Amino acid sequence: MAVLNEEQEMLRDMAREWTVNESPVTEFRKVRASGEPEAFNRDAYATMAEMGWAGVIIPEEHGGSDFGFMSAGLVVEELGKTLTASPLVMTTVAASAIMLGGSDEQKAKWLPKLASGEAIATLAVDESPTHDPSTIETSVSGGKLSGTKAFVHEAHGADLFVVAATDGLYLVEKGNGVSLATRKLTDQRSHADVTFDGAAADKLANGGDGLLDDVLDRARVLVAAEMLGMAQQVFDDTLAYLKQRVQFNQVLASFQALQHRMADLFADLAQMRSAVEAGLQAVDAGFGVARAATIAKAEANRVLHTISNEGIQLHGGIGMTDEYDVGFYLKRARVLEASFGSRSWLKKRFAKLSSY
Amino acid sequence: MATQLDTRPQTDEDAFRAEVQQFLADNFPAELKGQNNALAGVDGPTDETPAQKKWREAMGARGWGTPTWPKEYGGGGLTKAQAKILEQEMGKAGAYNPIGGMGVMMFGPTLLEYGSEEQKQEHIPPICRGEVRWCQGYSEPNAGSDLANLQTFAEDKGDHYLVNGQKTWTSGGQWADKCFAIVRTDKSDKHKGISFMLIDMDSPGVEVRPITMISGTSPFCETFFTDVKVPKDNLVGEEGQGWTIGKRLLQHERTNISGGGSLARLMGQSLGEIAKKYQPTGEDGELADAVLRDKIADFEIRWNSFLLTARRAVEESKAQGGVSEISSVLKKLGTKLSQERSELLIEIRGLQGLGWEGDGFRDSELEAVRGWLFGKATTIYGGSTEIQNNIIAKRVLGMLDHQ
Repeated sequence: MAVLNEEQEMLRDMAREWTVNESPVTEFRKVRASGEPEAFNRDAYATMAEMGWAGVIIPEEHGGSDFGFMSAGLVVEELGKTLTASPLVMTTVAASAIMLGGSDEQKAKWLPKLASGEAIATLAVDESPTHDPSTIETSVSGGKLSGTKAFVHEAHGADLFVVAATDGLYLVEKGNGVSLATRKLTDQRSHADVTFDGAAADKLANGGDGLLDDVLDRARVLVAAEMLGMAQQVFDDTLAYLKQRVQFNQVLASFQALQHRMADLFADLAQMRSAVEAGLQAVDAGFGVARAATIAKAEANRVLHTISNEGIQLHGGIGMTDEYDVGFYLKRARVLEASFGSRSWLKKRFAKLSSY
Repeated sequence: MATQLDTRPQTDEDAFRAEVQQFLADNFPAELKGQNNALAGVDGPTDETPAQKKWREAMGARGWGTPTWPKEYGGGGLTKAQAKILEQEMGKAGAYNPIGGMGVMMFGPTLLEYGSEEQKQEHIPPICRGEVRWCQGYSEPNAGSDLANLQTFAEDKGDHYLVNGQKTWTSGGQWADKCFAIVRTDKSDKHKGISFMLIDMDSPGVEVRPITMISGTSPFCETFFTDVKVPKDNLVGEEGQGWTIGKRLLQHERTNISGGGSLARLMGQSLGEIAKKYQPTGEDGELADAVLRDKIADFEIRWNSFLLTARRAVEESKAQGGVSEISSVLKKLGTKLSQERSELLIEIRGLQGLGWEGDGFRDSELEAVRGWLFGKATTIYGGSTEIQNNIIAKRVLGMLDHQ
């Protein structure tokens, strides 16, 4: 765990207390059972916004607390631990796009609403099932945006879409010219193919040519923070299970074959945490962001993949049941691994950034 | 502005920095700039040039080779902040620390903690002056990972012990003046029968035989003790306390093997950069072999997250004032990744990366081969990876002892 300041410790403790008491995995089960495509609890999100979590990265003049990405990551990590379903990550990423690329008017219009939880936003970039920001066909002419975005996270609840088009990022409000086709994925969260058919679009004109990459890097580190919480929880749950499950008249935790596997996972988890925290800190420092975010998401992918698989195996048959939580982490893990860059995509990017 | 700066009161740190700069200007021979600590390691004989001798003596006299050790025993008596300044200024001047070896890294800190006043007065000052080389008498043919199974026996003969037995993997044994050893003084109790004692390597009955390793070098020895007389004064702590003292010393050893910072310096160039010199590249400068490129990137990402973990461990222990929980994984990760890097380097260089000696190979290529082979030791010594896994599982994760 990175060394935190007092504000960050308070924020993390508050998030931990709230998720454990008010938003355990049983709350996610309720969301799933409701069958609502937007797949989150509006009351819970309102509470989160009241606690200031939707405005952690937003400047104070626009209603946020300006605590930065490391702080936002602390909250998101706790949400990941209990699989709390909310549009917080995507709204925060969308807010960062407006902060980096928006005009004063755009910032004044949207940031206070995002910070207060009054509005929800998301990011729509990819047009195919695999992440590829280099092949975007969505285009804008005469202020009207047209194209189809694939598997947009939190699309059902979104009031605002930050959309990547051939010539930059645009803000598009839900409504006329915006239609959703629900895509149910294994994580039972909100995903949809979103078709924009001449929808009114407002360009994020600042931020330069690198704006899309900058926004995607922010998505990568925040998603990685959610994955860190998930990996930590699967590890902790698995360890607890091994300590209480008895076979051959002894607890599983006493078997060396299992001890060494847990030691390996513990080391993996240490690397993941270091990489994710460094990614969040790089965004706050404004230095080396592309490289740090690539390492953060690549390591998050590798380690959560391993831990989610080992979590099932080490739980044995009971881990295969819907009654146990561990399977939920596996099903969410793969969705996040494939979003905003798989490990193989990120390795290619890392090689490119390192000029080989 | 200038006058403001000039009249600014000097802080203690500024004054100390100036003192260090002056000392380096007066004492560090320019011809040694950029050299390494040639004498303090365990892997070479003790010849030194006049300039090297002068530099060692100058540092030794100040105690700055062991900067934070107490002044009364010949150390520098510096605060951590002052030691940091010393390190910075030596770095700027291209000066190495000529005082080192196992006496500094492992034995000294342990003796300062457990030794008697007389023992500290006798042994610490020569370590601070770089005059005595110590070696480690721990492992035996039947006591490797199961170290407490050691059988070398020290029989109580009234005014001295009579030591018989064999140690192995004695690093630098052929060059050492003295040996800190764990030996058995009581055969009835595995752990409580172990004592920690100091043995002169020139005592009658001590025989050292270098072991040739797969890397072609002989950094380790077998050491035989036949009726070796060891004065009772050379017992550290009490009889039976050797396992406790010996384990404490191993903590110092592990810290030295794993340290991410120094490993990073050793690692140097990015593998991708090296690969571009050996492998074809496309028009865009990318490695043409996409599979190899992927392997290199995969490694370098994991190497980076290891370095970040080493940095985090340092930050956490500074903030908490103790050893960070994640320190336990650094040795395991760092040694494995270093080995993986060596293997990748061979894959990049092909047969050019497997040269043993002779013409047709660069020094860097030959060194990498020897490093690859020697590096196999790093996951075995200092507590093997399997032992580290036991420690993590039991001490950190609280999993029960296996049967």
